[in-house]
Amino acid sequence: MHFHTPISTMVKPPKMTTANVALRLFVTLAAICHVAAAHASLGGDSASVEADRAHMNVKHAARLTLSSTGSYTVHETILPTGTLVRQYVSKSGVVFAVAWSGSFVPDLRQLLGPHFDTMTARQAKRVHAGHRLVSQHESDLVIESGGHPRSFVGRAYLPSALPAGVVEKDIQ
Amino acid sequence: MNFKHEFSVGPQTLVAMIMVAVLMVACGGGGGTRTPNQSLSRKGPGPLIQIPTPPAPPALGNVVPIVIDAGPVPTTASEINVAYVSVTVCTPGTYGATAACQTIDHVLVDTGSSGLRLLNSALYSNLTLPAVATNPGGPAIGECMTFADGFTWGSVRSADIYLGGEVAPSVPIQVIVDQPGGTTAVPTDCSSTGGINENTPALLGANGILGVGLFANDCDVCLLWTVPAAYYTCTSTGCTNSNVTSAQVVQNPVALFQQNPVTLVKDNNGVLIDLPAVSAVGATTSLAGSLIFGIGTQTNNKLGGATVYATDSYGNFSTTYNGPNTSYIDSGSNALFFNDSITMCRGTTWAYCPPLPLPLSATNTAASGGNSGSVNFSIVGVDPLGPSIVAANIGGPYGQNGWFDWGLPFFFGRPVFTAISGMSPPTGVPAGPFWAYQ
Repeated sequence: MHFHTPISTMVKPPKMTTANVALRLFVTLAAICHVAAAHASLGGDSASVEADRAHMNVKHAARLTLSSTGSYTVHETILPTGTLVRQYVSKSGVVFAVAWSGSFVPDLRQLLGPHFDTMTARQAKRVHAGHRLVSQHESDLVIESGGHPRSFVGRAYLPSALPAGVVEKDIQ
Repeated sequence: MNFKHEFSVGPQTLVAMIMVAVLMVACGGGGGTRTPNQSLSRKGPGPLIQIPTPPAPPALGNVVPIVIDAGPVPTTASEINVAYVSVTVCTPGTYGATAACQTIDHVLVDTGSSGLRLLNSALYSNLTLPAVATNPGGPAIGECMTFADGFTWGSVRSADIYLGGEVAPSVPIQVIVDQPGGTTAVPTDCSSTGGINENTPALLGANGILGVGLFANDCDVCLLWTVPAAYYTCTSTGCTNSNVTSAQVVQNPVALFQQNPVTLVKDNNGVLIDLPAVSAVGATTSLAGSLIFGIGTQTNNKLGGATVYATDSYGNFSTTYNGPNTSYIDSGSNALFFNDSITMCRGTTWAYCPPLPLPLSATNTAASGGNSGSVNFSIVGVDPLGPSIVAANIGGPYGQNGWFDWGLPFFFGRPVFTAISGMSPPTGVPAGPFWAYQ
């Protein structure tokens, strides 16, 4: 399934007072610092999902869906750009996967946490260059990023952290 | 944005602002990746050329040759399945008046994006391309353009673009690596989109990208909203996310073509890419084809028996192959990408390596659910073809399920039209966005 969110659903930030702006900035920056310190997001705890949302200026609550087996919860968020982000949190509270689709690539440094550096480090040009999709399959980390301008899609997951019974096709 | 006009700052606010400032310092805020590498700056001065008035094009003037070869850096970054053209850019308004143009070779032809992007290092230092600014003398416009495998960062500048006999005047283009407003850093939100910073000919696989895709500009949404990692206003102290006007956004030069000087019509509603078929052993050294401007505007770009496949407003249609897929035709992808259980290559780890050429079939359907037709294609293993191969019918896994990318091999032996959204087509030609092929 694919989710293309129409432009009309993009959220306009509400008008804010100066004090509010400063306070929000402080809270946001504090969240960024916290995330950097805790190495949250992919592989992090469920609290990191909220930190991600704060960092990406999401104003409304995520839609939570319990999987049919009850072994994980999907936190679904629509970013201000219209891009849909799903973070998969196991019953034990570990973010084991993230998936995105929409007109703009989300902040992967935030969503992938420490795994972002792994993604960029492993993208050195290989045999037969040319342009293609990002597809990194390691035993401990899978990152796939594709699409084209106006329509991007991708996902990242930690194979070793998948709850029992969850297969890669569940991460969309 | 002018802070003072929006807010009055009281003592309480000042305290809060100081808290923020302290926190920013504490967690290393205000960052960004410094790019002091001098090899990224422009090359030295060179002989600029003068375009005659009007340009003397061959025949209809709406054709430029395509070459598929090992790319701009064949020794260290040999490319496969990348279609290149040469593009001439000039100081805007110097049409026929002064010698102020440069022709850049190895510019990638991309139906998956819109707008011209050139590496700063491919331009002579004495070629003047004025910066596009918010207002005269005001902050400069910068852009982060995201692709599937990386991003390009740089300034927005204005150029007259010549392609064969076609002219697009004063087009905003992206000059990759050129630092808008004298800023020295790639914005953090730009590099946070992942992928590689495609800031050299080897990393870009080209000296630039000619986006001749389905849309007249590279970001409709940016005309309405401030989007992260898209457009910025920049000064020497850094860049701020910004929306842009229609005069500032990077535009598909085809949509801006003037009247063709030979035929006196505008070949501005799309392009036709015509490449020869490639056999199972592939092509070494080079392969030649044509990039033809206009659809149904000349005798050489008639739709004829081609079937029109409308796309949605995101530039996708659908492909049935092992189930339904969201799909797109992208000359800038160097293989067909789709998920299957075909044996993977050992050397070229991203590609399929069937032991024999593998015939396959899929069905493409217009986004509106209208036209539908089957596509026969084949996949060959790339490893046995050797390192000098520059064109071959290769494929690889997409990764994400439910997606199909018809990359450059789709174009081999199959002329493909790409029609731009929002243009006025000649009678008998549907409005874009669509792809059409026989």
